[in-house]
Amino acid sequence: MNRQSRFIVSVLAFGYAFLYVPLVLVIVYSFNDSSIATVWGGFSTRWYGELLRNDQILDAALLSLRIALTSATMATILGTMAGLALARFRRFRGRTLFSGMITSPMVMPEVITGLSLLLLFVTLQQLTGWPGQRGFGTITIAHTTFSMAYVAIIVQSRLMAMDESLEEAAMDLGGHPLRVIFDITLPLIAPAMIAGWLLAFTLSLDDLVIASFVSGPGSSTLPMYIFSKVKLGVSPDINALATLIILFITVGVLLSWLVARRRA
Amino acid sequence: MYRKLIIAAPYLWLLIFFLAPFAIVLRISLADPVIAQPPYSPTYSPDSFTFLLTDKLYAITYLRSVIMAAGATLLCLALGFPMAYGIARCQPATRNMLLLLIILPFWISFLLRVYAWMGLMNNYGAINNLLMWLGIVDQPVQLMYTDFAIFVGLAYSYLPFMILPLYATLERMDLDLVEAAQDLGASRSRAFWDVTWPLARPGVIAGCLLVFIPAMGEYVIPYLLGGSESLLIGRVLFDEFFVNRDWPLASAVAVILLLLLVVPIVLLQRYQARDQEGTA
Repeated sequence: MNRQSRFIVSVLAFGYAFLYVPLVLVIVYSFNDSSIATVWGGFSTRWYGELLRNDQILDAALLSLRIALTSATMATILGTMAGLALARFRRFRGRTLFSGMITSPMVMPEVITGLSLLLLFVTLQQLTGWPGQRGFGTITIAHTTFSMAYVAIIVQSRLMAMDESLEEAAMDLGGHPLRVIFDITLPLIAPAMIAGWLLAFTLSLDDLVIASFVSGPGSSTLPMYIFSKVKLGVSPDINALATLIILFITVGVLLSWLVARRRA
Repeated sequence: MYRKLIIAAPYLWLLIFFLAPFAIVLRISLADPVIAQPPYSPTYSPDSFTFLLTDKLYAITYLRSVIMAAGATLLCLALGFPMAYGIARCQPATRNMLLLLIILPFWISFLLRVYAWMGLMNNYGAINNLLMWLGIVDQPVQLMYTDFAIFVGLAYSYLPFMILPLYATLERMDLDLVEAAQDLGASRSRAFWDVTWPLARPGVIAGCLLVFIPAMGEYVIPYLLGGSESLLIGRVLFDEFFVNRDWPLASAVAVILLLLLVVPIVLLQRYQARDQEGTA
């Protein structure tokens, strides 16, 4: 091994340790019997039991899941339409504004998105009486708005990489444009739509800042509940919750990776 | 007909839920705070902006945010570049595995990843225990609630955003060019700075912007890892709104933050658009 590759290997080792050691330690400490989270008091699974008895966590998790399922589905529908529009309709009025609005939510700092959406909801409520109270509905709309951008980009790049000739052939043979979309285009971009849905789902489950702005009293998502607890410091039941989430996501990502690899 | 519908549905959604909100933020930033529901006046006044621009504390906070975000960006680049380079030079099978390990943290909750560092940097946490066990220090070093902790948290959270675009450009790069430069007598470092670096530049720029822009408005990391006196603009905005209930001032803070970010955001979009066309 020469000097250059030795350097690269050590940076890689350091980098991966940097990324993973904190997560591994959270997992280790979730089995700590001591209620002082930083002192090791022997092996125990008692924090997992407490987790199951904590109704607040279960309620928050349920709300988060409902929001994530709804917003990911809406984002996939709207994002796929947007991706189709950008990739297949080369010219239409306001295209520049449209593509700007698609990519901006992805890079907008969360505090700005959250503040602006909350002010919109407050203004709408004054003018129309809707939304009467903020919670599931407003958070779902907020999550749909920022995650449809990711779906649109994934679908758009899939369409760009794809041959248009199949769709053109179907059109030439007299297929109705809408039928061509449903019979040819959508099946071809289905993998991109699934990837987009999964990303939107995860982004929704993950969001703290935007949800904190647009939710009302009484509706806490899981990240909001976790944040309110960890503000006060490290706590053992959050370690247990974090471990469950980390393991769940790791298994999910590994499985989808294996499936994708087998297909390829 | 169908074509109009496909464009109109997402277009309308974004006009209502993305563009209109900014107009409202701008409107409210030009109002006066009043004690009412909602807490701003129907009148127009530039007071919030004059206050922001004349009060030294806000200038310092914006400046600190820029410095912290830029520092974290450089840290990510210093660690991310050799990592991306190393991954791009691996065998395809190892390479996929290594990439997966970069992407995986991105799927795991951001909040929980920041939380993990709270345990690590605690006075009796893993880092201090290790340092004391090694005999490097004999008393815990204060790590939590410092600017150092914010740096580490930012670099840790945004490292994948740096590595992925860097990897994408480095992987596409023709290695023969570097070899050719070396065959023609260029030293290793000369070949790096004259060949590799310019070719990797689009990835470097995209990666830096992807780290810098969100880091500028970061709220969770300074809140959980930073001290109460270490003010960053994302947290100031949040507190002005929720703690002081000064909606016009919070909106003005957002408007100025957005103005500061317009140039990097437009730059990033231009690079991404070019990238899209390049691969199509």
